Amino acid sequence: MIAEIGLAALWLAAALAVLQLVSGAFALKAVDGQVNPLAIYARPAAVTQALLAALAFAMLLWAFATTDLSIKLVATNSHSMKPLVYKLTGTWGNHEGSMLLWVGVLALSGGLLAGFERRLPERTMGATLAVQGFVALGFYAFLLLSSNPFERLPAPAAEGNGLNPLLQDIGLAIHPPTLYAGYVGLSVAFSLAMGALLTREVTPAFARVMRPWVLGAWVLLTLGITAGSYWAYYELGWGGWWFWDPVENASLMPWLAATALLHSVSVLAARDALRTWTIMLGVLAFSMSMLGTFLVRSGVLTSVHAFAVDPERGAFILALLGIYIGGAFAIFALRAGAVAEGKRFAAVSREGALVFNNVMLSGILAIVLLGTLYPLLTEAFDVRVSVGPPYFNPASAIFAIPMLLVMAVGPLLRWKSDNPGRLRMELVIIGALMVGVIVAVSIVGQYPLLPLLGLGLAPALAVAAVLPLKGRKLARVPVATWGMVVAHFGIAVALFGMACEGAFSRERLAAVAPGGTERIGDFAVTLESVTPVAGPNWTAIEARLAVREGGGAPVILTPQARSFWSPQQSTSESALLTRWNGQLYAVIGNQAEDGRWQLRIWWKPFVTFIWYGGILVALGGVLAIAGRVRVDVRRRLASTKGDRRRADVEALGRPAPVPAE
Amino acid sequence: MIRGLIALVLVLIALPALAQDSMPPAPYAYNQLADPRLEAEASALMHTLRCIKCQSQSIADSDAPMAGDMRHQVRSRILAGESPEQVRRWLIDRYGDYVSYEPEVSATTWPLFAIPVLLILAALAVLLRRLGRRRGAGEGEAA
Repeated sequence: MIAEIGLAALWLAAALAVLQLVSGAFALKAVDGQVNPLAIYARPAAVTQALLAALAFAMLLWAFATTDLSIKLVATNSHSMKPLVYKLTGTWGNHEGSMLLWVGVLALSGGLLAGFERRLPERTMGATLAVQGFVALGFYAFLLLSSNPFERLPAPAAEGNGLNPLLQDIGLAIHPPTLYAGYVGLSVAFSLAMGALLTREVTPAFARVMRPWVLGAWVLLTLGITAGSYWAYYELGWGGWWFWDPVENASLMPWLAATALLHSVSVLAARDALRTWTIMLGVLAFSMSMLGTFLVRSGVLTSVHAFAVDPERGAFILALLGIYIGGAFAIFALRAGAVAEGKRFAAVSREGALVFNNVMLSGILAIVLLGTLYPLLTEAFDVRVSVGPPYFNPASAIFAIPMLLVMAVGPLLRWKSDNPGRLRMELVIIGALMVGVIVAVSIVGQYPLLPLLGLGLAPALAVAAVLPLKGRKLARVPVATWGMVVAHFGIAVALFGMACEGAFSRERLAAVAPGGTERIGDFAVTLESVTPVAGPNWTAIEARLAVREGGGAPVILTPQARSFWSPQQSTSESALLTRWNGQLYAVIGNQAEDGRWQLRIWWKPFVTFIWYGGILVALGGVLAIAGRVRVDVRRRLASTKGDRRRADVEALGRPAPVPAE
Repeated sequence: MIRGLIALVLVLIALPALAQDSMPPAPYAYNQLADPRLEAEASALMHTLRCIKCQSQSIADSDAPMAGDMRHQVRSRILAGESPEQVRRWLIDRYGDYVSYEPEVSATTWPLFAIPVLLILAALAVLLRRLGRRRGAGEGEAA
C-alpha cells in the first residue's frame, strides 16, 4: 500500500506540473493591469505539487525504514540487518531514490517560491512558475517512465542485497541531500531568469527576489562540497581530499557558476548593471546542475560503452538536457538583445573587478568542463585519455590566481569608478605580504610552485578580506557586508590549508610488528596490538596505536580494516588525531607473510583549514542572507507604517505630504 | 561475547576469500624507499599515474592489488637509478597513454591544450570589450 500511495502521489504531482505550466503560461497573455482568469492556478498547483512530492519521498523513506522487501528498490539496496540510520540514508544511496530526492527538492523549492514570493509582477511570476513546472515535468517523466522507485517484485525477496559499505557512513547522511538541495535550488534561479527574460523585466527588484535563492543554493553547495571532500578524505584511506574525479567536478561546476551568479546578481540589485550577465549565469548555473546529474546518474562515467549498450536512462536525461539547456540558450539568444545592458561603469571600479572575476570563474568552469568531458568524448572513439590533477591544477590556476588577486582588491574599490591611487597603502600591504611570504618560504625549503603561490596568497587574502572594515564603526557595518568579509576570509583559510597540505605533508608507510614504533614529524606511533572486532554488519581487524607527541602522554588511535558481508567489500576506517595545527592520519593495512602489519601514517599540517575555510565561506553566505532578509523585512515594515500614516492623514481630510524624492 | 564468537567464526570463514587476492604484496607496494630524496621522486611520480583498475584514483591513493604492484615497480625502478621520466615511459609503453595523468601534447590530446589557449584569448576579448572601451568614453557618459 505504501508504495502505491507514493506512486499515485508522483503521478498526481506530474499532472499538477502540467497545470502549473499551462496556467503560468496564460499569465503572459494577461491584458495590462488585469489578471488572466486562467493564470490563478499556477501558485496553488506548485504548492500542492510540493506536498505530493514530499509525500512520495516520505513513503519511500518509510519503505526503507521498515525494509519492505517486496519493493524492488529496497530489496536491491537495503538489508534488514543494517543500522536504522543507514537504512534511512540508503533511501538516497541509489539511482531511483536519489532522483526522487532531486525531484522532491525541485517541487519543494517551486512550492516555496509560489507560496511566499509576492514582490514580483504577476506576469513574471506566471512565466517563472511555468518554466519551473516545465522543468519539473521532465524529471517526473524521467522518474515515472524509466526509474520508478516504487516498483514491486513479483514475489518479496527473502533478504536485501545491502548497501555499498563505503556509503554506510554518516558523511552520506548529510552530503547528498545538501548537495541536491543546492543543485536544485538553482532551478529557481533558472526559472526566475527565464521568467524575467520572457517578460523583459530584468530589474534590480527582480535581482532582489533572485538573490536569496542563489545565496541559499550556493551555501548548500558549499557545505555539500566541503562535506563530500572531508568524507572522501577519511573514508578512502589515502589522505587525498580532492581527486578531480568527474563526480566531484560535477558538483564543483554548478558551484563555480553559482559563485559568479551570486556576485553578478548583487551588482544587478545594487547598481542595475550586468543584466544580461546575470540572466546568462542563471541559465548556466542550473545547466551545470543538470549536466552534473546526467554525468552521475546516466552511468556514462563508469564506462561510455556500458552507457551505449543500455542507454535508456542516460538518453532520457540527455534529451532533457538538450531541451532545457538548448531551449534556454535559444530564448536567451533571441531575447538578450531586448534587455538593455544596464548602467555603465569604468574598468577600475567594483563592478569592473566583479566582471573580471566572473570571467575568471567562467574560465575555471570551462577548464573543469573540458577536462571532465574530454575523456568521455575520446572514449567514445576508443581512445582512452586520462585527465587528472597534473592537468586540472595548473590549467585552473591560470584563471584562479588572477581571480584571487582581484578578489583581494575588488571589495576596496568604489562603485562605478575609482582612482587606484587612493588605495596605494592597501595595495602595498597586500603585495608586500604576498611577496614576503613567498620569499621566506622559498628560503626555508624547496616546494612545488602552486603550493608556494598558495602560501603567499593566503595571508595576503586574509588581510585583504578584513580591510573593507578599516575605518568603519564595526557595530554599524551591515550584516551582509560581514557576510562578504567572512566568506572571503574563508577562501583565504581554505587556500592556506590546501597549500600547507601540498607543501608540508609527511608520509610514513611501513611494515610494523606489534610493539614496534614508527616516527613521523614530532610523533612516535607504537603499534600496541591488533585484534578482531565486529559491528552489526561487518567484522574488522583493529589496530591499537599509541601516539606520543614529543614526550607527552600517549593518545590511543584505533584504525580498522573492515570487511562487510552484504555486499562483500572491505573498507579502511582511518583514525584521525586532530591538533590545532594539523591532523595525524593512520590506516592499518594487510598482514605481511612475516606477521608484521602494514601501517600508513601521514602528518598533514593545517589540512583541517581546508574544511574550516569551506564552513566559513558557507557562514558568510548565511550572514549575507540574514542581512538581506533583515533589510527587506525592515523596508516592508516601514512601508506598511508609511501607508497607514498616509491613510490616517487622508482620513483627517488634509492633503498628504509629497515625498521628497 | 556471542557476537565476538560469531565475528571470529565469520572471520575464519572469510579467510579463504582473503587468501585469493592476497598474494603477498610486492615489497615496495606498501613500504617506502629508505632514501628520502628517491622516495619523494617516486611519490611525486606515483601521484601522476593512474590506477587502471580504479575510478579516478592515482596509484598513490589506491588499495587495489594492481596499484600495489605498480607502486612496487615505480619504487624499485627509481631505486635502480632510473629517472621518473624513464619509469613513466616504461609504464606508458606497457599500459598505454591512459596510465599517465600528466598530459602530453599528442594527436589525441591537443584540444586539451588548444582550448585553454582559446579560452584565455576569449576571456581577454570579453574583458576588453566590457571594460577596455569604457576607459576613454566611460567617465562622462556613465549614467
